[in-house]
Amino acid sequence: MSAKIHDPVDHAGAAAKFITDEAHLTFHDTRLWEMRQKRDGQMHGVPEWQELRDLASAIKEHTLSRLPEYLEQFEAQAIAHGVQVHWARDAAEHNAIVLRLLRENNAKTLVKSKSMLTEECEMAPFLERHGITLTETDLGERIQQLDNESPSHIVVPSVHKLRADVARVFAKTIGGDPNNTDATYLAEHCRVTTRPLMLDADAGMTGANFLVAETGAVVVCTNEGNADLSANLPKLHIVSAGIEKLIPRQADLGVFVRILSRSALGSPITQYTSHFRGPRDGAQMHIILVDNGRSKRLGQAEFWTSLKCIRCGACMNTCPVYRRSGGLSYGAVYSGPIGAIINPAYDPARYAALPFASTLNGSCTAVCPVKINIHEQLYAWRRIIAEGGLLPAQKALAMRVAGAVLASPTLYRLATAAARMAVRRLPRALLYNRLNGWGRDRELPTPPKESFAAWHARRKKAG
Amino acid sequence: MSARDDILAACRVSRPPGDHPLPELPRFPRPAEDVLSEFQRSLAVMGGQWLRLVEGDDLAAVIRARAPNGLIRSAVPELPAFPRVDAVTRPQDLENVDIAVVRARFGVAETGSVFLSDHELQVNTIAYLAQHLVVLLDPEAIVPGIADAYLRSDFSQARYVSLMTGPSATADIEGVLIRGAQGVRSLTVIFTP
Ligand code: SF4
Repeated sequence: MSAKIHDPVDHAGAAAKFITDEAHLTFHDTRLWEMRQKRDGQMHGVPEWQELRDLASAIKEHTLSRLPEYLEQFEAQAIAHGVQVHWARDAAEHNAIVLRLLRENNAKTLVKSKSMLTEECEMAPFLERHGITLTETDLGERIQQLDNESPSHIVVPSVHKLRADVARVFAKTIGGDPNNTDATYLAEHCRVTTRPLMLDADAGMTGANFLVAETGAVVVCTNEGNADLSANLPKLHIVSAGIEKLIPRQADLGVFVRILSRSALGSPITQYTSHFRGPRDGAQMHIILVDNGRSKRLGQAEFWTSLKCIRCGACMNTCPVYRRSGGLSYGAVYSGPIGAIINPAYDPARYAALPFASTLNGSCTAVCPVKINIHEQLYAWRRIIAEGGLLPAQKALAMRVAGAVLASPTLYRLATAAARMAVRRLPRALLYNRLNGWGRDRELPTPPKESFAAWHARRKKAG
Repeated sequence: MSARDDILAACRVSRPPGDHPLPELPRFPRPAEDVLSEFQRSLAVMGGQWLRLVEGDDLAAVIRARAPNGLIRSAVPELPAFPRVDAVTRPQDLENVDIAVVRARFGVAETGSVFLSDHELQVNTIAYLAQHLVVLLDPEAIVPGIADAYLRSDFSQARYVSLMTGPSATADIEGVLIRGAQGVRSLTVIFTP
């Protein structure tokens, strides 16, 4: 995220707009809920599911508590296998390294698979400004790139679009029949237009799902085959990875690979689980290890465990607010519950609204495969934002509700229970009612009389 | 200080308090089903196909029948009739292949995945650029779970390994599942020792 001065994100306003389009809203909500249900189905097929979550959480907490040691071990392994390792303190350093590597290799075209980190670094616009032609090779990312929009979901980037939208975007940019909205036709059109770009590309880029300290392996989990082509066709393969992606042992993959795709898409595994340990003969492989705020978050007692996140998106799919407001309404790279706890760490004023984009029903925490206490961190951010006087004006009313509720543990528990019940029991007609934008009633009980200001004053005195 | 030293120092300063021991990984019990039928069932879930040769079947003929006029390349010694994958000079040159034949080192029953490294593939892109992939697998070489696969040393003997599970796929347009995204359109496992 850049250091530019931005207006605070108006999540409720953006969400209200999303909600007015019934067809999009209904599809979005239904599709994500279907992913959540498929995830549940997978979970029920794995008797040791809860033990795997405990293990995944413990392995990640262990690794994060010894991050310097594991980073050094990983680096040594990677170098021993002929990989060149680079370190970037922030987005600007990351982007500069990528540009330098491209220039040193006289590379003008770059094909790239999905990587939230490069989104975080705003790398694409940077490279384009410097004359690099960048092509997203994941279908959802490609659609978003051609439509000049950010990904709205970390796993399914164009989930907020209907097939007619895709047909329109393609017709405008890469040709094709604007009236043919058949999904197979559209995917095929993307295949035949993207493959030649991959075949000709000077360089390829991937993200990383896991970095194995013991072996130096970069593990990339994808479905479309685009990541493996982007990495294996050009002579230059660049990997961007956040420093929190480390895991200690190869055997730990036996835990994480079992839970990642099951949580994300509700499939037992991704079509491709690929392990890159060294360059092909005559090719180069580079890894950029990126901090960009992570080491700082590691030191925040209430928030460091958010670094356990494996970016499965399950918390987004289950979140009633996310499902009915769309990822773009968060105005940030990371949306949904995980975005609501990550983004404020970068810029609390700009993202002050996001921790309020939640019913605190705890569903995100319940599905998280690495057991991040997401709803408790949302609550902690609300407190920090309120105490810091960062509350955006449009949140005043909401805060009166949330504030009063949060002030009382009993009310908080009631609200959580009520929200859980509401999501389960509310008839469809009510859930889809236009007037029921989450910003209106956010499924909380009627607020008690005491105002947020009064509560805040009392709370401060109580110290 | 270099970026590297800065980042490592910052992580040291920020080290979360408390002891966070690395857990031992338990072996979880696997279903009673035999690994071969579990593998077949799992592979089908991920959109892959499989077939067993019967007495008198000729492997080359079975594969040729799938693309009578197509270009078939092989990375396995038992099919000398087909041009070899490693006969090309650039990974891009495999773009016109209709069917590629490779042999997996082992399979995983839990997910229907096959282990293919740069040794088996010869040229990594063959498994993606070909329109269709045929994978030979010894039915005796199937491990029960993903966790068992990761206890093997095969991963650290290669520069590139992919656990492939069915063909490339996408559901990015309205959740409609499409087999054949950027990689192969089909993956067929043939069980042969
Ligand atoms: S916070 Fe948990 S559920 Fe959400 S994306 Fe990260 S790992 Fe998945």
